[in-house]
Amino acid sequence: MIKASVSLALALLCFAVPLAAQDTTGPGVHITLTYDPGVRPAVVVLPVPGANGDSIAAILRRDLDYGDRVNVIIIPDSMAAAIRGGLDSTGTASTMNYGVFKTLGALAVVQARNTERGLHVALHDVLHRQVIDVNEFALPQDVASRGWRLAVHRVSDEVERWITGVRGIAATRIAYVRDHAIHVVDSDGADDITIPMVGEGLSPAWSPDASSIAYATFGENSRIVVYDLRTGQSRAFGGRRNTNVSAPTFSPDGSAIVYAVAGENGADLYSAPVAGGPAQRLTVGGGTDNSTPSFSPDGHRIAFTSGRAGPPEIYIMDADGTNVSMFTAYGFSTQNYRSNPDWSPDGLTIAYQAYVPDGSGVFQIFTMSLRDQTPHQLTSDAQNEDPAWAPDARHLVFSSTRGGNKQLWVIDVQSGRVRQLTHGASMSRLGAWSPRLAP
Amino acid sequence: MHVSRILPAALVVLVAVSACHKKPEVAPTPVPAPTDTSALRAQHVRDSLAAIDAANRAKAAADQARADSAARAAAAQQAQGAMRASLTAVIHFDFDKSDLRPEDQAILDAKVPVLMANPNVTLRIAGNTDERGSTEYNLALGQRRAATAKRYLTDHGVPAARLETVSYGEERPLCTDHDESCWSQNRRDEFTITGGGDVPLKSPGN
Repeated sequence: MIKASVSLALALLCFAVPLAAQDTTGPGVHITLTYDPGVRPAVVVLPVPGANGDSIAAILRRDLDYGDRVNVIIIPDSMAAAIRGGLDSTGTASTMNYGVFKTLGALAVVQARNTERGLHVALHDVLHRQVIDVNEFALPQDVASRGWRLAVHRVSDEVERWITGVRGIAATRIAYVRDHAIHVVDSDGADDITIPMVGEGLSPAWSPDASSIAYATFGENSRIVVYDLRTGQSRAFGGRRNTNVSAPTFSPDGSAIVYAVAGENGADLYSAPVAGGPAQRLTVGGGTDNSTPSFSPDGHRIAFTSGRAGPPEIYIMDADGTNVSMFTAYGFSTQNYRSNPDWSPDGLTIAYQAYVPDGSGVFQIFTMSLRDQTPHQLTSDAQNEDPAWAPDARHLVFSSTRGGNKQLWVIDVQSGRVRQLTHGASMSRLGAWSPRLAP
Repeated sequence: MHVSRILPAALVVLVAVSACHKKPEVAPTPVPAPTDTSALRAQHVRDSLAAIDAANRAKAAADQARADSAARAAAAQQAQGAMRASLTAVIHFDFDKSDLRPEDQAILDAKVPVLMANPNVTLRIAGNTDERGSTEYNLALGQRRAATAKRYLTDHGVPAARLETVSYGEERPLCTDHDESCWSQNRRDEFTITGGGDVPLKSPGN
């Protein structure tokens, strides 16, 4: 079918009517693409001319693809030359052949080129044959820097918002543990770095403004460490003799860190002010183990794992520790193991890991909505744990052994599509997705 | 017949010759009485024998003393080794459990007298889990396993201040196979001497 379109398109090119790209968006007027929300809009990202153009085009295409809201059409090589022929040396479309793109099935075309003022990006509506969005995005000078890639990711996120109405999550990072060091990797798997550690650590958590990462050390001198990404400074607290502290999480307003304190009589959740000061006890477990807290996005409630009924289950309580109730109150069995809840950023769903009821003792990822309280199993291949939501409340990062050893994978909850995020000989686990990252 | 005729004739001649030559009289040299010589000689022999005997006995005693000392040292070293081994002996747990099984209580029982005889000895008890279950929940389970062992020891008289509890969760596996023979090894409390162990330990009951 593509081949037929190619010859048709070439024929059409000969009769193409020159049409200048117009910016028809006046102030306060925004024309959106018309498409059926149940169907993914198909989009072409034109080659980007000039230095780093290939990188920019590749990042844009990959980000839109990874967002799972848009189908990126790859232009056949035979057509690429013909399309490029319609652009002048600066990449401006002297001839924007909407007919060609319509033949390809594209709803929109993303056209980017470098200017002195930054990356100039235009979104073309193929059906209405006009530019409906345009902007210039400043990019950092150092094209080899993590910041440059992040800036291009921000462009992708804005373009996705133009196309779908929903901002993308390309300009985010994932913190995780490898060899007891905290790593930070871009959402597309690039630029993996480590942060300086005060000791062997676990369970990274992002502050809501993405300025800090908290983690916990274990064994002797177990404490919570807050690492400031801007200053490079670390601050430790919560260390006490005969005590293990773990699983820190920030409150949504950034003022407190809730974490598990395991001592002489079980483990309970405590809340400590980020600015320093005494911690307050939240759970009274009566000798049972309570761990892995996760706030609702409005900060009013906390989901957590508790063994108070015997096997670990997920509970929800008010943020002050009152009104505790079991969330995973289905199919009770002493063989159950439900743990590691993560509350979605839109407040609607809790993701968690649980043994499937076949007695195999293997974890899978589940979600359960706060409304219907029915579990939905998301994974079934190999062992899958540690789910953490992306800011779009649609993607989850989790650790999986489906590729061999335990690595981080990303799943789109709506389509079920998975992609591998980390690779390597050493295990990756305990992923935490950052908020959207500001410049 | 020929010899018997000569001998008497020779004798006659000898007597005749001796009778012709008479020597002047000389005083005889004094000699010890024959009975004193043999007694003294016997005494000398007895003394020598006694000296040899004493030397042998002394040597035997010295050898024995050396052997005794070596045996005592070996026994002491063995006792030291046994005491340290009992202090650091590992206990194990069932899956997802922190309660003490009878065989593990016995291992803890053996630590108590050594600890009571050596008030300066301090221990660190480290709780561990196998790889199954949630990473963070396993840190709590490891701490619970360490706390259980500590509580048993303090219930039997060991002062709490001498026992420190930490958790390694699933982070310090002894083996990494994904089967029960490995998992059962990893579900453990380890005991490390953190103080008072650089001098010889006193045996319980001394």
